Amino acid sequence: MESAALNFVNATLNWITLALDAPSARAVVFGVHIGGHLFVEVLLLVVILFLLSQKSYKPPKRPLTNKEIDELCDEWVPESLIPPITDEMQTEPPVLESAAGPHAIINGKEVVNFASANYLGFIGHEKLLESCTSSLEKYGVGSCGPRGFYGTIDVHLDCEARIAKFLGTPDSILYSYGLSTMFSAIPCFCKKGDVIVVDEGVHWGIQNGLYLSRSTIVYFKHNDMESLEKTLEKITAQNERAKKLRRYIVVEAVYQNSGQIAPLDKIIRLKEKYRFRVLLDESNSFGVLGRSGRGLTEHCGVPVEKIDIITAAMGHALATEGGFCTGSARVIDHQRLSSSGYVFSASLPPYLASAAITAIDVLEQNPDLTSKLKENIGILWKGLSDIQGLVIASNPESPIVFLRLEKSTGSLKSDLQLLEDIADRALKEESIFVVVSKRSTLDKCPLPVGIRLFVSAAHLESDLHKACASLKKVAAEVLRDLR
Amino acid sequence: MITIPYLTALTTYFSYGLLFAFGQFRDFFRKIFDWWHAKNLQVLLFLLFFLIFMGYAPICLGLEDFYIRRLYLRIQDCFGRPISSAPDAWFDVVERYSNDNNKTLKRTDKISRCLNLGSYNYLGFAAADEYCTPRVIDSLKRYSASTCSTRVDGGTTTLHKELEECVANFVGKPAAIVFGMGYVTNSAILPVLMGKGGLIISDSLNHNSIVNGARGSGATIRVFQHNTPSHLEKVLREQIAEGQPRTHRPWKKIIVVVEGIYSMEGELCKLPEIVAICKKYKAYVYLDEAHSIGAVGKTGRGVCELLGVDTADVDIMMGTFTKSFGSCGGYIAGSKELIQYLKYTCPAHLYATSISPPAAQQIISSIKVILGEDGSSRGAQKLARIRENSNFFRSELQKMGFEVLGDNDSPVMPIMLYNPAKIPAFSRECLKKNVAVVTVAFPATPLLLARARICISASHTREDLIKALEVISQVGDLVGIKYFPAEPKKQQQGKDTIKLE
Repeated sequence: MESAALNFVNATLNWITLALDAPSARAVVFGVHIGGHLFVEVLLLVVILFLLSQKSYKPPKRPLTNKEIDELCDEWVPESLIPPITDEMQTEPPVLESAAGPHAIINGKEVVNFASANYLGFIGHEKLLESCTSSLEKYGVGSCGPRGFYGTIDVHLDCEARIAKFLGTPDSILYSYGLSTMFSAIPCFCKKGDVIVVDEGVHWGIQNGLYLSRSTIVYFKHNDMESLEKTLEKITAQNERAKKLRRYIVVEAVYQNSGQIAPLDKIIRLKEKYRFRVLLDESNSFGVLGRSGRGLTEHCGVPVEKIDIITAAMGHALATEGGFCTGSARVIDHQRLSSSGYVFSASLPPYLASAAITAIDVLEQNPDLTSKLKENIGILWKGLSDIQGLVIASNPESPIVFLRLEKSTGSLKSDLQLLEDIADRALKEESIFVVVSKRSTLDKCPLPVGIRLFVSAAHLESDLHKACASLKKVAAEVLRDLR
Repeated sequence: MITIPYLTALTTYFSYGLLFAFGQFRDFFRKIFDWWHAKNLQVLLFLLFFLIFMGYAPICLGLEDFYIRRLYLRIQDCFGRPISSAPDAWFDVVERYSNDNNKTLKRTDKISRCLNLGSYNYLGFAAADEYCTPRVIDSLKRYSASTCSTRVDGGTTTLHKELEECVANFVGKPAAIVFGMGYVTNSAILPVLMGKGGLIISDSLNHNSIVNGARGSGATIRVFQHNTPSHLEKVLREQIAEGQPRTHRPWKKIIVVVEGIYSMEGELCKLPEIVAICKKYKAYVYLDEAHSIGAVGKTGRGVCELLGVDTADVDIMMGTFTKSFGSCGGYIAGSKELIQYLKYTCPAHLYATSISPPAAQQIISSIKVILGEDGSSRGAQKLARIRENSNFFRSELQKMGFEVLGDNDSPVMPIMLYNPAKIPAFSRECLKKNVAVVTVAFPATPLLLARARICISASHTREDLIKALEVISQVGDLVGIKYFPAEPKKQQQGKDTIKLE
């Protein structure tokens, strides 16, 4: 039975082979005898071609119909524009009824003002007011245009030259707002791929500039040179390509968030060792540090050429507004066409530029202003060194005296609340106007909050003693329950 | 939309190509020369130089630097011309000279009195004003030039409070917050309002400050075709249906950012249509009135008033004081809660020096003049004058055959130049004839669309405008920018004279 079936299959196969071979049985191409394959091969070829000509399989794509989109749009519920208002959002700052000089009037009461960074006491200075008045009469208030489009007024150029001359740099550039200086200058020189090593305690203007530059950002521990060195070492060692990238170290001279002073000499040593450029923000040190107020470079005895880019806000020691950036001619000229806050914004009101010129003149003529300020800082430091519940976190030479809680409560919010209580009572009961360093929700600074006292050369000795005594008293009362 | 004639586009591309080629050519030779010099110097010096600068990547990079060196520097005398007076209808332009082919410009003591068609002095508050200036000087004496402090610390004076109330009232919103710089207003507010998971839909020609603010916010950014409500609707529908990229979660919130008057186009925003679309799709509207507040509308209240949009439908109203009010700074106006939230968390409020008191006083006083609260009708006159002046000037320019962009009532009118060589030619020739105009080129505009921009002020008299038109017409003939042959007035006259003959 089995053999019969096998015979049958064999016979059929033979028969088929014969039938297939028959048409080309005698076909010989180039001496090769072609058997019955040809037919099969042609058949296969046809099948392949047929399959190739077919569209590959794809699941059917059905775009959303208009009706479906309509439904989706109807269903979509946006979040509200802002989160619900809580109590802490409703606090109103004290309103000044006078100039923000060392003595200001709040609620009809004279208070000693430690909230204004009026380091040299230039608020209300006779000469500044004079130059502002004549400038207002001549130029009006605003400049009505960006620098490129007839917003350049001769006082702007004079002011730029004056700043450069004062600091001994080749050139400088004016910005119309202190905050915009850093966040415009940084993206000019740092682009995607560049490496920036930055102190974690820098203020928001710098943070924003770093974010906008889209560079690779590496933080080091606040004012910790060992951490900086380690970071630099790591970056240069692990990345061969780093040599071809632009590399920067960004630091503040006096940190707004802590009152610490950057050790510039050490930074310069590291910068030269690892070939980084330095961007230095002198907002709180210009006019303050150094024998003649030329800033951190003078303070640390570093030649100013070693710093590639220096920025500063003029709303502090100079008691006007705006900011400037100074450095080599190439650095400055590049900003004149690439810096967004410079190109796309109206220029600084001319009266503020002339106030800045006058302020620098006055500073140069009265070198004792900085020593007076130093003295005042010393008095405050001494007076506050034994305050209970709080510690001075700032550098003994910084014009910002920064008091933080000795023992944090563990949350930023309740820390703030405590400090806020101290500041409130100091103002209401003791007529001492101090402020708490507030944090925006956008601010990524990890440093603790604290009470900030901006010391001025115009503070009287009695003011300082009174402030120390009052703060000690209030702090002791507020923090008593904690311990 | 601007349609460029084919030939113009071709010649413009050719010009830029030529400039680029020559620039590269010169750079090439510069490199060879530098190398040659370096070789000839003492070996020691060379080594020293090498050691010092080794390991630093160049601080200015690539094309941007090339553009500045080889293209911008050639015509830099057309930009940043210093002036030595208030930017009023006529002002003193300081003459400059260059000894090194325009690489550096030096100031001279010479000035030329020019007609000012460049400043954003829409209502003529730039110069000393009989009502404002005495008050500004008073407040300077009382409050000094700066508070040296932020708004949340010691930088809030009674003047600042008054200013915020005054602005809110003027704009027609319950509350307002002011900042010391217009640019910062945009770039610091958007990150507060929007974050990850949010969507910012921005007009394609929005100002750089908005672009920067949007980038800084971390939200997703989509762009819709300039001033095209239908495209906005398309983008909105697409985005709501799609949700966030990759995760497809629904957007947290969507904000549509538009400007009242586009400063480089002179166009008015199609606000009614855009507001209607945003309402339909539940998107928030952010209106930047930098150029329109004070300048348009019957009582100077901006595009909302001009186009009949209820301010309650615009969620966030932003504007600046640099232009119409002749001061500096910017504001955000909105609901009480919005402003309260901004005051709590906006970095520009928390960390930036508060607006200078005299500048604040200037704003208060100029708003009073605009509203007629100073007891005169000067404000109304100014508003009427700027509208008349702008419409007169625009129509005359159009009659002459210039390609003028923008809408009626807008005080900004760009004249298209296109070719790069025409930029300095137009600017220099006008200045020679004592008319100061602004020319704008890449990067502020697209490469092909270089233009001159004229800003009309209420302080221009009819004679000023007629003089300006004469000069611009002559220069236009010389430079060849009358792209439209249409000159109906002249043609008619021509026909008449033929008939007479």
